[in-house]
Amino acid sequence: MSKVRKIYKTEGGETVYGVMAEFDSPASLTHGAEKLRDAGYSRWDVYSPFPVHGMDEAMGLKSTLLPLVTGIVGLGGAGLGYLLQWWVTTRGYPTVVQGKPFDALQPWVPVTFEIGVLFTAFAALFGMFAFNALPMWYHPLLKKERFLRVSDDRFVICIEANDPKFDPDATRELLERVGGKHFDFVEE
Amino acid sequence: MSSIPPDEITSGRLSGALRPDRAIAIDPRTGDGTLIDDPSLRPALVLSNRGFHDITETVCGYVEQRPGGWWLPVFGLVSTLAGVGTLMILYLLVTGVGVWGLNNQVDWAWDITNFVFWIGIGHAGTLISAILCLLKQKWRTSINRAAEAMTIFAVICAGTFPGIHVGRVWMIWMVFPIPNANGIWPNFRSPLLWDVFAVSTYFTVSLLFWYMGMIPDFATLRDRAVLRMRAASGPTVAPFINLRQDSLRAWIYGVLAMGWRFSTRHWQNYEKAYIMLAGVSTPLVLSVHSIVSFDFATSIVPGWHTTIFPPYFVAGAIFGGFAMVLGLMIPARELYPNMKELITLRHLENMAKIILVTGSMVGFAYFMEFFIAWYSGNQYESDVFVYNRLLPPFISEVLGLERSAPYWWAYWIMISCNVLSPQLFWFKRFRTSPMAIFAVSMAVTVGMWFERFVIIVTSIHRAFLPGEWGMFFPTPVDILTFVGTIGIFITLFMLFLRFLPAFAMSEIKNVLPQASPHPHHTAHAGQH
Repeated sequence: MSKVRKIYKTEGGETVYGVMAEFDSPASLTHGAEKLRDAGYSRWDVYSPFPVHGMDEAMGLKSTLLPLVTGIVGLGGAGLGYLLQWWVTTRGYPTVVQGKPFDALQPWVPVTFEIGVLFTAFAALFGMFAFNALPMWYHPLLKKERFLRVSDDRFVICIEANDPKFDPDATRELLERVGGKHFDFVEE
Repeated sequence: MSSIPPDEITSGRLSGALRPDRAIAIDPRTGDGTLIDDPSLRPALVLSNRGFHDITETVCGYVEQRPGGWWLPVFGLVSTLAGVGTLMILYLLVTGVGVWGLNNQVDWAWDITNFVFWIGIGHAGTLISAILCLLKQKWRTSINRAAEAMTIFAVICAGTFPGIHVGRVWMIWMVFPIPNANGIWPNFRSPLLWDVFAVSTYFTVSLLFWYMGMIPDFATLRDRAVLRMRAASGPTVAPFINLRQDSLRAWIYGVLAMGWRFSTRHWQNYEKAYIMLAGVSTPLVLSVHSIVSFDFATSIVPGWHTTIFPPYFVAGAIFGGFAMVLGLMIPARELYPNMKELITLRHLENMAKIILVTGSMVGFAYFMEFFIAWYSGNQYESDVFVYNRLLPPFISEVLGLERSAPYWWAYWIMISCNVLSPQLFWFKRFRTSPMAIFAVSMAVTVGMWFERFVIIVTSIHRAFLPGEWGMFFPTPVDILTFVGTIGIFITLFMLFLRFLPAFAMSEIKNVLPQASPHPHHTAHAGQH
């Protein structure tokens, strides 16, 4: 891990976060992403106003562990809900209701299910935040006016300066070759 | 494509401040061009050949531009109703449930009717956002946000009633399993307690789902506000206050957007989370109204003790909810400019078809109740249906019967609104006419309120012994509380249209033909 990261500076003396380029359409964005994936870049990202179909494969992203985490939390929540009802009904406050056995599990099904769903939903949303490192109200890209147009109708690829293969000139040239336009250095 | 700063002319045209640039031609055969019966042709989901930028300008325009002159008077009216409703609730709290018309015999009436009515309204929103998402119905993208908002507001109205009907509302916390000095815990075998968990889970999950869907759109509103703020000076929030509207917007939408930056690595987790929320919301929505129906079905009251209740209630909830979606969206698409490009006649026709299907399911359930009452041979059960609901006095007179149903009018309002009126939608002319759809959806909304009234009040107003028979008469407080919740509901919905992204922009952009990464196959782009 002793590899020293090379720090690039702009002419104004600011640290470079990365280089960004705009693409015309979802199609050219996808082709560009495929080429960058094949060129071996690892710390880069594609920005689009909506999730472009097939972009995960074009970027070579691994599938996310979020469903697994959500599933475990959801089942755990359902288990906790069951335990709560079991404890309340048989230990904490046993009450005779219609002469039924205290540990009859059938009446506990609805609440077990609901608590399981509740935990799943929280895990899905907050797991999504955690996996995406959100909330992150400051980000170098958000300072770029051209980048703020991604939320409207623009398509952008940004390669970060801390990518091992990053080189200010070569990376920019590669972006140009794969169809990028309007290059810009993003300051940290 | 626009230049930086945002294109004032496009924005004005799309939000109605300037004359619209494109008019929608109405063809007698295909309506706005979307009513094509040929299954090999895919009608456009968004009309007038709009691009990504147009979608942003239209939807953000509803939030950023002042609404038409109709807005303030309508908002004044509905928020006044909301205020009256709130005062009625306050009056109830300081006086007691005696201000309602409840009596020894009919101890659940408008309160629980309103509860079931509102909770049912919500179900269409979850159906559109979750079930239609799993079924990959792309037309849902332009109605899902508003329908989800409607769900949240309807559940707020619904949740009020069980809370206030307990009488001593300050004791309502005891429904939650909270350790307390008395060592008393709730009874987990009671369907009323299942209801507490079902409704609170439903509200929370709907809110999370709604919020997550809005994160990218909040980011769009944030970025536009930031761009405008940097480009020029704009209006301030109030005279002499040095805070610009756009910086307030950038702050509020910025915090809500959580720093979303449209990254593909983020979209990947986001889409997975979205589909999982849709996946759990689907059984959730079915469970919620099933559990609401258990409140009745697990009792031994004839008319309530029925195994058909869970599916019957769920179908009725979706039926009534779709009617409410249409009842809100048809006026909205008339009042807001360019909304007809997003909500096409095809959308309305699809929803009208769902009303027809679910209305017929509800009609079948009404018929089955009679069949089972007869087939079971249970005297109490058949008496509840024939003598408490069905027979008007003038018919029993003709038939020479001694008894008749005092609530026959409620029953027959329910049948004509819920079973007969949707049958109009067998005819294409009615299910593609916004006026006809609006009329039917209003009738269905009334009918679904009466359905709950019929189930609740007519079943208990005459118990097993004639000595226990009594009628229910609502007091003005009953009526004004219900009218007040309608006011609360519409007030919240109008605030939603004014301040939040009313359409899921990123989802609509994704179903445009231009969004396909394979431009040579755009003709099939809608079929992924």
